[in-house]
Amino acid sequence: MKSWNRFKNSYLFYSFKRDPVAIFSFSALSVLVIISILAPVVAPYNTYDMATIDIMDAETPPAWMEGGSESFILGTDIQGRDLLSTMIYGLRVSLLIGVGAVLLQAVVGILVGLLSGYLGGKLDAFLMRIADIQFSIPYLIVAIFTSAIFKLAFGVGRYAELAVPLLIIIIGMSEWPKYARTVRASVLGEKNKEYVEAARVIGINRWQIMYRHVLPNTLTPVLVISTIQVAEAVMSEAALSFLGLGMPITKPSLGALIRAGFEYIFSGSWWITFFPGVLLAFLILVILLLGDWLRDVFNPKLYKG
Amino acid sequence: MFAFIVRRIIQAIIVMLVISLVGFSIQHQIGDPIRDLVGERVTPAEREAIRDQLGLNDPFYVQYVRFVKNACKGDLGLSFFYKKPALEVIAAKAPATIELVIVTALILIVISIPAGIYSAIYPKSWFSRIVMAFSTIGVAIPVFLTAIALIYLFGVELNWLPSYGRGETVNLWGWESGFFTWDGLKHLVLPSVSLSSIMLPLFIRLVRAEMMEVLETEYIKFAWAKGLHRERVWYIHAFKNTLLPVITVFGVQLGILFAFTILTETVFQWQGMGFMFLEAVERSDTSLLVAYLVVVGVIFVVVNTIVDIVYGFVNPMVRIAGTK
Repeated sequence: MKSWNRFKNSYLFYSFKRDPVAIFSFSALSVLVIISILAPVVAPYNTYDMATIDIMDAETPPAWMEGGSESFILGTDIQGRDLLSTMIYGLRVSLLIGVGAVLLQAVVGILVGLLSGYLGGKLDAFLMRIADIQFSIPYLIVAIFTSAIFKLAFGVGRYAELAVPLLIIIIGMSEWPKYARTVRASVLGEKNKEYVEAARVIGINRWQIMYRHVLPNTLTPVLVISTIQVAEAVMSEAALSFLGLGMPITKPSLGALIRAGFEYIFSGSWWITFFPGVLLAFLILVILLLGDWLRDVFNPKLYKG
Repeated sequence: MFAFIVRRIIQAIIVMLVISLVGFSIQHQIGDPIRDLVGERVTPAEREAIRDQLGLNDPFYVQYVRFVKNACKGDLGLSFFYKKPALEVIAAKAPATIELVIVTALILIVISIPAGIYSAIYPKSWFSRIVMAFSTIGVAIPVFLTAIALIYLFGVELNWLPSYGRGETVNLWGWESGFFTWDGLKHLVLPSVSLSSIMLPLFIRLVRAEMMEVLETEYIKFAWAKGLHRERVWYIHAFKNTLLPVITVFGVQLGILFAFTILTETVFQWQGMGFMFLEAVERSDTSLLVAYLVVVGVIFVVVNTIVDIVYGFVNPMVRIAGTK
């Protein structure tokens, strides 16, 4: 109750209430997240269950069009799965990979940034050089290469089985330098402040100072970039899946659905591509808007990355 | 300045060594050069003999040194599928990608600079508002969706423009060019428009932000006070100073544009390097994959090093930053 009151009186909540874009994007994102978590309950069909799929239903147009069926509101895809349900499960996969990849980037990046900022010296030079090198190559290239290599190394079947954890690792490892740099910069700003000095004087050891005192003060920029990073991770996953280096069609993410539908737009089945595409763009847009707002609230001067 | 250049070049060499090490380990672990050479129908004893002959039983570092030596001579191994040197295959595909990037860059410049300037000068006009709204939404739409939408609209529904392949090309001194035939140009439209759509929002915003900042400075106020004509103030005095940061960002983004060609080329079946790379993955053509990795690595390292050195000339602070 006390922390709720504190939140209610905070500047964050105040500016949230006054910004219609923030309210809209936050509520839209919440709805999407809730739908994806409750996918087995919300979705009309369980698309992972082979028994419910009938190939005869393939390429049924949406319900309001000629030849559409009441039981499939948005139509079906090429394998006869209900498109709406497939999209809900796809949203779930996309969000899972996006959030998972960002958590991994954050853990690795924060650790590296904290160590190299606080300890400094040779370790700092070494870690930052690695970050520089990786930073100079676009993350999408890194992700595409790693997934291609993993696909060759594991073989197609095994890669499809392990796709979710592998994609989290691939996307996570291709973007950690952004976190490392951000955290290092704010650690350098914090580490000579008086409270750190004071903690050192009363004899707290350096690891404890690092985790208990410096780390919490560096988390604001981390929060800000995290939102935008989720959007980027979702986009990377969609790109990889679209290239055939991501999720298999049996467990499609939104990107994999678009890839599967793309071949059929020439024969006029536009809905298989259109609806997942709109959902994907909407999801990314909403996260980006929320991220923009957060950045403006916390630090209007922060570099727009 | 000299020390800065040397330091930068040493760093570039180290990066290249790391990339080649990664490439070599992939080839060492996943690739099977014997299969690449003779196919599947050879007895194990003969395979072993060939392995010995080619030095594939040597220690890892000996083989790595040989790999780097060969790479410096331009020999990156044979492509299993094409039965040709991998570098030759890549060189044959490069013109398609380069032409795509050139046209995209032109579109970017021609649209983003006027749109950015206009929306900086008249921030409240309806046109600027539309441009800004478009660039907010544009960031959220993945490039392959734009590409598919364009194909559906112009290729399938209206049937105005071709939606896959390069069309008719002309061979100019070994360079397959689509610039000189009407058909080739028509094939370039959709891929380059969709490729430019990812960068366009960023550039419009960048030009606009820089221009707005410059318009607030003292020397522009002085130019107004002198009573200069407004076109002169905008296009000569203000615009010149927005160019430097724009050019810098443009140099860096050009590299990223290459990354996105992989996506665009897949959608349009554009016979460039990116399309070739994905085919190599599908065919498990390891040496071609590694060769592509090394080539892309060289492109990035060279571009980055040049941009850094040029920047070092322009901005002395960069030179000092790394030294301590």
